[in-house]
Parts: sequence; structure tokens; C-alpha cells
Amino acid sequence: MKKLIITSENVKFLQKINELADQDITLCEQCGTCSASCPMVAEMDITPSQLMRMVQLGLKEVMETKAMWVCASCYTCTVRCPRGLDVAKVAEALRQVYLRKALDYIEIKKIPKYEFVSLPQIAIVSACRKFTG
Amino acid sequence: MKIGVYVCHCGGNISEVVDIKKVMEFAEQQGDVALVKDHAHMCSDVARKMLVDDIKEYGLDKVVIAACSPQFHGRTFMGTVEKAGLSPYVMEMANIREQCSWPHYYQPELATKKAKDIVKMAIVKARLDEPLEKKTSPIGKRVLVIGAGIAGIQAALDLGDAGFKVYLVEKEPSIGGKMAKLSRTFPTEDCAACILSPKMADVPANPNIELLTNTEIESISGFLGNYDVVAVRKPRYVDITKCTACDKCAEACPVVVPNEFDEGLSSRKAIYLPNPIAVPHAYVLDDKSCLGLFPLACSKCYDVCDAGAINYDEKPERINFTVDTIIVATGYEIFDPRKKKVYEFAKSKNVLTALDLERLISLEAEGTVLRPIGRRIAFIQCVGSRDELVGNEYCSRICCMYATKLSQLLKRADPKRDVYVFYVDLRAFGKGFEEYYKRAQRTGVKFIRGRVAELHEDSHTHKVRLKVEDTLTREIIESEFDLVILSVGLRPSEGTTKIADTLRLIKSPGGWLQEAHPKFRPVDTLADGVFICGCAQGPKDIPDTVAQASAAAARAIRLMNKGEYEVDPITAFVDEKLCSGCGICAGVCPYEAITIELKDGKRISRVNEVVCQGCGACVASCPSGAQQQRWFMTSQLHAMLSAALGEEV
Ligand SMILES: Cc1cc2nc3c(=O)[nH]c(=O)nc-3n(C[C@H](O)[C@H](O)[C@H](O)COP(=O)(O)OP(=O)(O)OC[C@H]3O[C@@H](n4cnc5c(N)ncnc54)[C@H](O)[C@@H]3O)c2cc1C
Repeated sequence: MKKLIITSENVKFLQKINELADQDITLCEQCGTCSASCPMVAEMDITPSQLMRMVQLGLKEVMETKAMWVCASCYTCTVRCPRGLDVAKVAEALRQVYLRKALDYIEIKKIPKYEFVSLPQIAIVSACRKFTG
Repeated sequence: MKIGVYVCHCGGNISEVVDIKKVMEFAEQQGDVALVKDHAHMCSDVARKMLVDDIKEYGLDKVVIAACSPQFHGRTFMGTVEKAGLSPYVMEMANIREQCSWPHYYQPELATKKAKDIVKMAIVKARLDEPLEKKTSPIGKRVLVIGAGIAGIQAALDLGDAGFKVYLVEKEPSIGGKMAKLSRTFPTEDCAACILSPKMADVPANPNIELLTNTEIESISGFLGNYDVVAVRKPRYVDITKCTACDKCAEACPVVVPNEFDEGLSSRKAIYLPNPIAVPHAYVLDDKSCLGLFPLACSKCYDVCDAGAINYDEKPERINFTVDTIIVATGYEIFDPRKKKVYEFAKSKNVLTALDLERLISLEAEGTVLRPIGRRIAFIQCVGSRDELVGNEYCSRICCMYATKLSQLLKRADPKRDVYVFYVDLRAFGKGFEEYYKRAQRTGVKFIRGRVAELHEDSHTHKVRLKVEDTLTREIIESEFDLVILSVGLRPSEGTTKIADTLRLIKSPGGWLQEAHPKFRPVDTLADGVFICGCAQGPKDIPDTVAQASAAAARAIRLMNKGEYEVDPITAFVDEKLCSGCGICAGVCPYEAITIELKDGKRISRVNEVVCQGCGACVASCPSGAQQQRWFMTSQLHAMLSAALGEEV
């Protein structure tokens, strides 16, 4: 088992995500309502509540997980959170960390033009932002 | 004039934020200040001895204590200066904790500046303080206890046994409250009815208790030592002195309605015994479901009653009486799970509340099986508690333990059952609770940490499927159960809310009745002579309810026992030169302490200082400044304002 060492770096990461999501993620009581409500959870490598926990602890490894990209932004977690936390927004904040690095998962130029015109705009945007593939 | 100023550190509570030295230096510069000292704990015995010695040695005539709220230690320091021979009303507290160091924790410099202002305000007020003398008022030994659940019963019995006259008012036809519905009680598993019914029986047997069931409070006016109560007894249509509880009337009655005592799981007649252990043990006629209260409509019950106890002509009866103190014990209601939509409570007959299950188990023990309980049972915790979506932030405190109880009762009754408890946090805080939780685990009840996200009933099998994350393994569980029990939280009863309005009591978040101080005055309210106990004050179990009820009785006895009580001389008085006799003051006085009289042909307001409670309404409303209030003179308030605004005073 890997040892978990918690330093002030961890707190900084939590603060950053708190700020991006405009949420106090420390308030998550780890009840699991979000996970059991999530229609995409079967496709995720970690559950939404686990994602919240990792951010609480400031574990940057959360950035390597897939769950935030699998999130369909359906907001069921947000609607049901008994602490009133916007869980979907936390997933969005994690995606933002990537976005702000201007890393697109799909290079738009590489999409053939005929395909590009037939794709709905929203699909292109989400394909860039949310690498679900 | 010599004013002594004492600045308290409050063991860091103040000194970690406020610069005590700077405040002291500032105080020294104020006029009339003869002595400035600080102390780590001004409320400690040594510090108070020092205060007494200083008053004598330096001949101080006014004292300012810069410390906590006067709500908290005002009485303490008033007592101390009194010991030194001064009037308790020449002591002023400057609240630099609740109003300064606590809220301004992150702004120490501004907090220090504010502390100086607060101290200055107290000094200028103290300068104008007059050495008032305490008054005493006579008080009797009569108490109104509202609500006769276990809390009200316990308080009434304690008071009755101690020789006080008790009016115990219960709105339902029987006393006992919610406890009468329970099966067993955690953590000892005594049968609820067996431990409650002897206490219920003691109530009518106590010569000092006047029990008024089926009765509601219409109004309460007055004050400590003189509360006028108007109660209304609803018609019962059955004379409790004649009824022999033979059941013939119920047998004859053709009307069948849901039985509220069994949470609607069973039925009763329109004329019925409220519950098997009812006190008074007499039938009651429910006029809402009765076919008609006259012989032409139906008189079946009347015809069969050999005792002649039934009287269709009974009317509501108004009852007036006066009491000295009041205890509010109006209890709780369970959270209505229909408000939690994802749990589909209303849609499935296999989803019940924990109170429903209490009734099923109680009835089974008496030999009545209302419905099968099944083999696979799930308890869902925190339904309506710790849930901001339904507006309840608080923990209901008892659901963890009642689920621990009910789950193991089911498991022990049939060890082949699968019993699961889905919880968020398991709170086994009370004496013997942790051991009781362990016993449930040993019995084989499975505790799974996760809040159930949703429930669905299978439309064919009627089994209930639930979805939950086991937050300890992060696995999503989807399982089917024969029966799902919602561990519903508590909320203040409608009666509690009503009485809070009648008595103008303050409510805490969640609507519970607010105590005067959470630690040191847990059963007092800010209304003099009004006490609270049991679940009206907040969710709690029976041991805590009973402890609070006895505490409330003791606090009431403390006020009444001597036959007189000390009152602050903080009353209004009239400057006759300024008074024009307009009468506005008399109109706003909630205590009817003011009359307008003719003096030398001139209309003049007169305050009855025995009746005046010092609320200040008349002072605020007087257009000519003729009404004044001792200890809060307009001149004092002006001086304080000027000090706060930095003007020269
Ligand atoms: C499912 C469940 C299981 C429980 N199991 C346990 C257990 O095993 N062990 C344990 O210790 N605790 C248990 N409890 C908690 C227990 O029920 C309470 O601690 C206790 O009943 C509180 O008593 P009370 O007198 O404060 O309130 P209540 O029982 O609510 O009594 C209040 C009384 O006041 C009356 N009233 C209300 N308003 C007015 C009014 N305006 N005028 C006149 N009368 C009024 C009501 O009719 C009622 O009779 C359980 C609770 C629930 C819901």
C-alpha cells in the first residue's frame, strides 16, 4: 500500500479547486448519494464521492482519473446532494484545470472537413473538452 | 467618582484577538477611572475576591467589567459588587467577547479599536448609574405544564410530589405522547408501555395535579408570578367519571376510520379508546367522523352505554386559571417522508416509517399481526435529518439508536432475516449506546455506510429496490428488499410552534424552542418563569427528556419556593413635568402596568412598578420623553451613543 503524505501542497490543490468550483468541498460528508445517483458511474474508474474525497485530501492523482471526463453533466448529483454542494461543478473545475492549459483532446484541424460540417457544434466542443473516448 | 475597569482575557478567548494592554491604556485615560486591571479569568474566584478587595481598598463607586456578555456573567459580577457593599446596578459589563473578539477573530486591530469603544460606552454609562436597590415580589406555587408526553408527565409528577399545584394540559384525549407508541426502548429494551403506564397512572392519582386532557391553550397573558391562562376543553361526549371502558359503544359504532395511534395501519371506530394504556382510561367520541351528534342520525353508542356516560350535547368549555410559572413540554412530530420525493414513500406499501414499525412490533407482541414484515429488511437513516434539501440541517440524534434497536429486534425475532442499516454516520453517543450498537452487530445486523440515493418499487413483485454506494468500498449496491424502513427525523410539533407564538418564545434554527443559555441555562427561556423540556427544545431520547423535565421542575421550584423572588428595579417611571397624559404609553404596555390618572386637574401617566417588567416599550413610544427607564435612562443611552460616535462626553 502506498503511504499517503499530506503536505501544505495538498491544501493548495484543494483551495484551487474550491476556487474554480466556487464550492467548499471540505463540507462533503462522504454519504455517497452522488455516486449512487450517477447514471454514468458504471463507466467510471472512481466514483463521484471518491472524486470529492480525493479533492478534499488534495490528492493531485485525481487529475489522472477518468471520472471527470465520463461525467455527463446531468446534475443529478448536484440536485441530490444533502449538503447542497454542486458536485457536477467540482468535476467541471477539474476539467477546467486541463482546459486552462489549453490542452484539447482532439485536434480540430485533423477532423476531415466533411465530417466537421456534419458534426453538431456542441459535439465538437464537448469532444475537445471532455475526452470520453 | 472612582470607576474601576477590569479587562478579562477569558483564557485567550479575548486576549488572542484583542490587545488587552492597549485597551487598558485607553481605559486609564478616561475621566473618573481610578483603577484599571486585567485578569486571565475575571469570573474566577480569585479575580472576584480581588474585585471585592479593590472596591473596599480604593473606595471604588462604579465598576466596569470588560469581558463576556452580561447574559452570561452579568449576574455573577452583580453579586460580586454587592458583596463589596455596592449596589449591583453600578456594575456595567463591556461585552468584548461575543460582540468583539469572537466575530472579529480575523481583524485583531479593528477588534482592539472596537473593544476600546465598547469599554468607553460602558464607562460613560457607569458614570450615570444610580445605586438602585433590588425589589422583591410575592410569588405563589402554581405551575402550568403544557403537553403530557413523558416530559410533561415527569415535570408534573416532580412538582406535584414537591407540593406544588400543577395544571397539566394535554391536547389529546390521553396523556403519554409518542413514547406510548414505542415497542421497546434503547439501550435497555424495556417495554415502553410497561415503564410508561405506571407513570401515566400516577398523574390522576396525584392530589396536586389537575389533569386537563382534550384541552388546548387559547391564550396566556401576564408575567412571572401572575400568568393568566385561558384553556379550552374540547367536547369528549363521554363522561370520564362514568365510562367503564367496556367497549360496547365501539362494538355498536358503524363508523370505521384509520387509527392514528397505530399510524393509520389499523382502524378504529368513531367512538374509541385512545390507546390500550390510555389515561384517563375512558372512551372518546370523534365528532369529525361520527355520523351525527343527535339520536336521529345514529345513537347506537348512546343506546348501548349502560353507564349512561355518553352526552351528545357537550360543548367546548372555557377554563380560566392563574399560575406563577410555566413549563412547555409540547414535544415533536416525525418528519413527513413524502417531502423526500426520491424515497417514494407514498407509492409503496412496503416502505414504512420507523414509527410504523414501532407499532407493528408492539402489536405483534400483543398478539396482533397487521401485516408480514418479510425476510429482507433495509433501514434508511437520516430521512429528513442532516439534509439541506428538505431544509433540516440538524441531526435528529435518536434515529441511529432506534434503528439499532428495531433492526436487532427484527433479527432476533427471526435470525434467518437479512437486516441492513444504511447510515451516513453512526452516532452512538449516549451511555451504553456503543455497547448496544456492538450487540446489534453481534446479532448479525449489517451496517453499511452510505446514504440511499433512490428507491423503486417493482410493479409486479412489490419488492423495493434501492441504490446506494458503500462508501467504504466504493461499490454501488443495487438490492431488493421486502420492506424498507425510513428512519425519519424529528421536527417541532405543531403544538410547539403554536405555544412558541402564544408565549413569544424565541426559536432556534429548525424551529425548536431556544434555551436561555446552551450550557448554563439549558431549560430556562428568556421569558421569566417559562421553562422548556423534552423534544420541544430539540430532538432527544427518553433519558435526556426525563432529565430535562426534572431539571425544568427544579428550576421552577427554585423560583417559587421562597414565596417571593428578587426582581430588578429596572422599571419605568414618569417625569410628571413633561407628561401630557396622552396615553400612548398605556396603549403599548403589554403588562397593563400603566394607567392615566387625574392629578391636580391634569392627566398624568402612572406606572405600577410592581407590575412593570421593564420592557421599555413605553419609553420608546413617549413623544415628550417623560417616560424613563431606570438603568437605561435616556441620558445614559445618549452618552453611550456619543461615546460610540467619538464625541466628547
Ligand atoms: C421511531 C422512534 C423510536 C424511538 N425510540 C426510542 C427509544 O427506544 N428510546 C428512547 O429513549 N427514545 C426513543 N424515541 C424518542 C422518544 O419518543 C422521545 O424522546 C420522547 O417521546 C419525547 O417526549 P416528549 O414528552 O418531549 O414529547 P412527545 O412525546 O411528543 O409529547 C408531547 C406531548 O405534548 C402534547 N402537545 C403538543 N402540543 C401541545 C399543545 N399546544 N397543547 C397541549 N398539548 C400539546 C402532545 O399531544 C404530546 O402528548 C423514539 C422516537 C421515535 C420517533
